[in-house]
Amino acid sequence: METKTIDSSTQFLHQLFEVVPDGERINLCLQCGACSGACPFGYIMVYPPHLMITAIRAGMIDDVLACDTAWMCVSCYACTQACPAKIPVTAGLTTHVKEEMLLAGNVPTELQDALEKAQRYFNPLGESPRRRAEWTADLGFEVPLMAKLQRPVDVLWFVGDYGSYHPSSRHATRSLARVLHALGIDFAILGPEEVSDGDSLRLAGEIGLFEMLAEKNAAAFSKYEFGQIITGDPHAFNAIKNEYPRLDITYPIHHYTQFLLDYLEPLEQLLKTELHAQVVYHDPCYLGRANGIYDAPRQLLDLIPGLERQEMTHAFENSLCCGGGGGGMWLDGFRWEKSKARISEWRVREAVSALGQETAEELGSENGHRRVLVVACPYEPSRFEDAAKAIPGASGLEIKEIAELLAAAMGIEE
Amino acid sequence: MNIVVLVKLVPDLVEELEIDAGGKSLDMTFMRQIINEHDEHALEQALLLKERKGAEVTVIGLGTEGMDDILFTAAAKGADHQIRLTGVGDGPVNNHALARAYASVLGGLNPNLILTGVQANNDLDGALGPILAGLMQWPYVGYISGVSVGDGRCTVRKEFTGGLIGEMEVELPAVLGIQAAESPPRYVAVSKVRQAMKTMSLDELPAPALDTQGGVDVERMILPEGGEHAEMIEGDIEAIADRLVTLLREHGAL
Repeated sequence: METKTIDSSTQFLHQLFEVVPDGERINLCLQCGACSGACPFGYIMVYPPHLMITAIRAGMIDDVLACDTAWMCVSCYACTQACPAKIPVTAGLTTHVKEEMLLAGNVPTELQDALEKAQRYFNPLGESPRRRAEWTADLGFEVPLMAKLQRPVDVLWFVGDYGSYHPSSRHATRSLARVLHALGIDFAILGPEEVSDGDSLRLAGEIGLFEMLAEKNAAAFSKYEFGQIITGDPHAFNAIKNEYPRLDITYPIHHYTQFLLDYLEPLEQLLKTELHAQVVYHDPCYLGRANGIYDAPRQLLDLIPGLERQEMTHAFENSLCCGGGGGGMWLDGFRWEKSKARISEWRVREAVSALGQETAEELGSENGHRRVLVVACPYEPSRFEDAAKAIPGASGLEIKEIAELLAAAMGIEE
Repeated sequence: MNIVVLVKLVPDLVEELEIDAGGKSLDMTFMRQIINEHDEHALEQALLLKERKGAEVTVIGLGTEGMDDILFTAAAKGADHQIRLTGVGDGPVNNHALARAYASVLGGLNPNLILTGVQANNDLDGALGPILAGLMQWPYVGYISGVSVGDGRCTVRKEFTGGLIGEMEVELPAVLGIQAAESPPRYVAVSKVRQAMKTMSLDELPAPALDTQGGVDVERMILPEGGEHAEMIEGDIEAIADRLVTLLREHGAL
């Protein structure tokens, strides 16, 4: 029995060395524990990252897999960022531990539901694939589908699951469409031909499903000619930039905030409406820590007249996850049961603390400054909107995506 | 112990259903089909019995488009044999015809237990299970949410309305209509399904010519028509409350 346990641990490590870039760096772990200290849920895990490594080294991977607290991992890269030995903790260790748990059938029911929907409908929300472009209705201009356009375009916009379907994120998608349209950019979308980028499913351990979805997107990409891909979804950005190339799917991709840096002058011409807003910007994990994009979103915000930007306690590399990563969008019940905490609420408390609470006079008054928590990932609006309802002093806090503020300052917001 | 699980595809209600030009059936052009939810539970129940006592689990479905994926998924979950019933055409088959087809071929597989979903959203002429059991002259119990197998008989838990559960013994061989398995259908990773597709094959079982007698003839299929019995009360809270009180008085409730 003992031999078998040691074998499966060794086998797991060998797999990491083989399939994860820099996977062998796991050998450099000196058990400093920085990863587990940085982990937002490290305190709740039976095996936080550094103890996962200890256990696997001791031939005890079966114990790690039998315990379900690895599902607390939000894949936020805080551990990876904190590791002095540069061990790929998120991309290697925690993702593959989740994969092993999933293969063994140790999956929380709510996550299983999202995975089944993603298998069946190619999006984890379980929405009809035929309705993926429904958000484009009544914009006042047409958002062209590649299939209908029948010509090359400069920009293929990969909209993503939540940007396409989620009621809290669709508004931002429509705002970005208005901004791109106002700038005269030649763009089109895939519509029903687009499927989930699969990144969060991969980070929840469903690597086979990720590969299947990537192949479907690749088949759609290969049908058309375009200069580059842009996306408003940091997870789609991460998948297409860093993960698809491993499957020989290679296309130039930019997050739209990077892309818009080429249009600073025309943008400035169009941003004429003062917003009278105090804002803090929340760095999404997969734009910030995972991909090092911190400045582009802030540069765009600083163009907006009347907007005063501050930083929260956790910003840039130390940004705090919204709680939606690593399958977190589909594990709210499970994580609440384990922790009785929502990290989106911690974040909203930070925003309130940075922006100050509204005074009694300001409550319900239109004269006060707006207080805005600015986001750049379609997972975040619903999470922070819900959290703002629960946190004292946050009732006046608005949650806005950057494109929504740009559209508002252009006077083209709906 | 041989367990046969019968599965079928049904219209996926995530899409708006449309009626075809003939006005008598659903338009299949864009319709998605998924495994009948209760059939998925029947498969799960069979796999639980296999894990508990050992059994050979055979899954059979009509050889129509989309069924291969379902059969390979069943294989990845732990079923032993996967069979496509062929020769039944691509169109919808009524349950009387399907039951006759299954009754004539299943004997060759020597099943001790046949599990199928208790109902499906496209059943028009009754459920498959009881018709099949009638033809085979085997006992049938439906609305089952738990099965244990003993010597030559099984004990089943049947759901009644009002939350009552009946426990009864059934002599084998038998047909059971599964409402829900004892635990939710398990998840199987896509990599395992893909592995099954590479390494396993599907068997085929030719069905005899279909006898469709006993089914129902659809005269007309229509979308639900809006009634005129609902009044949406609008206005502010005071106005809504006033109107509500008036209405309740009018109807003698106050």
